[in-house]
Amino acid sequence: MPQVPQSPVPLLDAVNISKAFAGVQALDDVSLALRAGEVHALMGENGAGKSTLMRVLAGLHSPDTGEIRLHGRRVAIRSPHEAMRLGIAMIHQELMPIPDLTVAENVTLGREPASRLLGRIDRRAQREEAGRLLGLLGADVPLRRRMRDLSVAQMQTVEIAKALGCNARIVIMDEPTAAISGHEVEALFRVIDTLRRQGAAIVYITHRMDEVFRVAQTVTVLRDGRHVATRPAGELDEERLIGLMVGRELKPMFAASVEDKESEKGRRRQQPPPATTRPDDAAEVEPVPLAVRGLGRAGAFHDVSFEVRRGEVLGLAGLMGAGRTEVAEALFGLKPAHCGAILVRGKPVRIRRPADAMRCGIGMVTEDRKGYGLVPTLSVRQNITLASLRACCAGPVVRHRREAAAATAGIRRFHIRTATDRQPVGQLSGGNQQKVVIARTLMAEPNIVILDEPTRGIDVGAKREVYGIIARLAREGKAVILISSELPEVLALSDRLLVMRQGRVAAELDPSGTSQEEVLKHAMPA
Amino acid sequence: MPCPPETSPGRRVPPLASVGPWLQRFGIVVGLVVICTSLAVMTPNFATPGNTINVARQISINGILAVGVTYVLLTGGVDLSLGSVVALAGVVAATFARPGEYPVFVPILLGILAGGACGAVNGLVVTWGRVAPFIATLGMMTVARGLALVVSGGRPVSNMSPDFAQLGGDLAGVPIPVLILGGVAAGSWWFLANTRLGRYVYAVGGNENAARAAGIAVGRVKLFAYTACGAMAGLAGVVLAARITAGQPNAGIAYELDAIAAVVIGGTSLSGGVGGVGGTLLGALLMGVINNGLDLLNVSSYYQQIVKGCIIVGAVWLDRRNKQ
Repeated sequence: MPQVPQSPVPLLDAVNISKAFAGVQALDDVSLALRAGEVHALMGENGAGKSTLMRVLAGLHSPDTGEIRLHGRRVAIRSPHEAMRLGIAMIHQELMPIPDLTVAENVTLGREPASRLLGRIDRRAQREEAGRLLGLLGADVPLRRRMRDLSVAQMQTVEIAKALGCNARIVIMDEPTAAISGHEVEALFRVIDTLRRQGAAIVYITHRMDEVFRVAQTVTVLRDGRHVATRPAGELDEERLIGLMVGRELKPMFAASVEDKESEKGRRRQQPPPATTRPDDAAEVEPVPLAVRGLGRAGAFHDVSFEVRRGEVLGLAGLMGAGRTEVAEALFGLKPAHCGAILVRGKPVRIRRPADAMRCGIGMVTEDRKGYGLVPTLSVRQNITLASLRACCAGPVVRHRREAAAATAGIRRFHIRTATDRQPVGQLSGGNQQKVVIARTLMAEPNIVILDEPTRGIDVGAKREVYGIIARLAREGKAVILISSELPEVLALSDRLLVMRQGRVAAELDPSGTSQEEVLKHAMPA
Repeated sequence: MPCPPETSPGRRVPPLASVGPWLQRFGIVVGLVVICTSLAVMTPNFATPGNTINVARQISINGILAVGVTYVLLTGGVDLSLGSVVALAGVVAATFARPGEYPVFVPILLGILAGGACGAVNGLVVTWGRVAPFIATLGMMTVARGLALVVSGGRPVSNMSPDFAQLGGDLAGVPIPVLILGGVAAGSWWFLANTRLGRYVYAVGGNENAARAAGIAVGRVKLFAYTACGAMAGLAGVVLAARITAGQPNAGIAYELDAIAAVVIGGTSLSGGVGGVGGTLLGALLMGVINNGLDLLNVSSYYQQIVKGCIIVGAVWLDRRNKQ
């Protein structure tokens, strides 16, 4: 028998694909075979070439060499439209629905059921079609609701239904769980499973290990633009997969930073920080770097009080929409609080804009890299120095040599991989972009550092580096607030953990004496 | 927004250029060289010192306006009031330029101040009032025109001192308006490339939210850009009044569109954050050379407008294509 039933002719076969940008080889002779009824996880650090490969399949980039075969027939995919016509749909990392149209209108976008004469849209047929497609996915989304009122998870479902409606046989999902949490992830997995059983081939890009083993049957690992391995998911475990991704065996993820932190905790117990040991001062006399009293903003969070001490990492856990980001935005002045008090080193301060916060020694790494982090049109250097340009100036004039030196120092300190500091920042991978944002925040030498989802959408290696940076900040005596939706991460890195639920602080926990289950118990709406 | 990396291997970005607009500038330089060479071949009068100075003089007003509006376009805004501000500054300057009344710097300064004040109002309405730049400056376009008519009583303000009119004349064989354009352009180029505020102008245009999160006072940066733009429009109005030896309340109609066209041809993005004064100057030069060439070729002014429109759209279209 020439063919085993388990391995039919691939639905799509990408063979020896290469692609270079500005002299950088993004993809080097990579092949990928997608089979019907299979979820194929594509893994690799940021910059490994996953997104480039998918953009080639989706018609956003044309490969320099190599060919793509669909059902064994060679095809050229010159545009996203052509990809769609060939049955390839990409659910983007940043979703692109039309916010003011309804669910039904978005699902049927571009294929509205219309009368032959004048093209009047048949609203009822439109809703029926949208309902049928969403039903295929086992999803329940109100058809008349406008897209802007949906949750991210619901929008994803709508996008998938839209792809189904175009008869997509190949669905590419780029980090679909990056912005959703808990039960929404479960719902998405059910949708993916339905899709798979209906015979679609699904490419699933993610950085979350647990998901890979839950949804994928096959795993392909890319590294530095090259194909490293393709294995059945059953033959891999977490450690081996990470080993393939980074090209070396890793100790469990948090080992380094946690060890550091444990010894640090021990040291602090034996010997309090120097500032509090002055004989005349009782330990309580030195004011805490940051204290928050009864902080609130209508519709976002209420009566939030806490303190962060020197050399401490305060973790903020909670579900999406629990108000963690909103508290951070209030502390940094992006969306000021309406009531309550913020005390910096014991003194009440008014923070109405980020410049106020920075003057108080507060720095923030924002959650939304594209929206509030980077200026894509400026270079890596200019992005790093943007918040502390004054330090590189003589009067109003920028001293370019001083600026270059400062930026280079940041690039070295945070191991930012970039060709030169003059490269446009938009050309860096996600992890390196994040490190640029971190470098900018820390260049201002803040005493209080807020990190909002600092590891979202970045690869394993970069995550480890970020963990190291957080541990180092605490060691340097900064007060650190860490917001993260990844519970293992926030548990391992924090000294104290606040759990938020529906805009309020629900619990304060000791991370070393608690479990993910307990945190979730407090985070879930009662 | 997907950002396909540029494909130009081994490209070295000069230290002062913020976003490597060399490729674009190179394209427009090639265009300029081709057009100049063909004009030199087709008409005997093009490549003469006299005509060169003539072209320079013709682009000086539009050039000053274009340099000014570059600031605003870089922040992602727009200024439609320039033509009216030119007229207002012209009549204000002319009113104070009667022979034997004030020293010559008074009308010059007042003209620039009038322009700067209009710009500042634009900036306040945009930042403080949160009115879209298109609407805010559209309003100013009408208001400034009305003010020009009020100040002048609806009639041209002539009878100006020879000292003031000298501003439109020559210095050592070079037209003074051209020297002023040179000064304004060089100063702006240096300013945008080398000062903190200049960098902030690019940052605000590139990503306003990120700029605010980096502690930049976005409102003040925009206010500065509109005020600087208005002041330069005021200067252009003063120079124009000196050249035509009158403050004309009806001068400068649709000048803003030529200025914006020059900036855009020069590679500055209308969405902000990308471009610069070097490109703007080349854009103004390209428009000037084409106007002059068509004159020399005796093309009727009716056709000239058609050609100009096609050039504006064509240049931007080519630019977009090159970047992909």
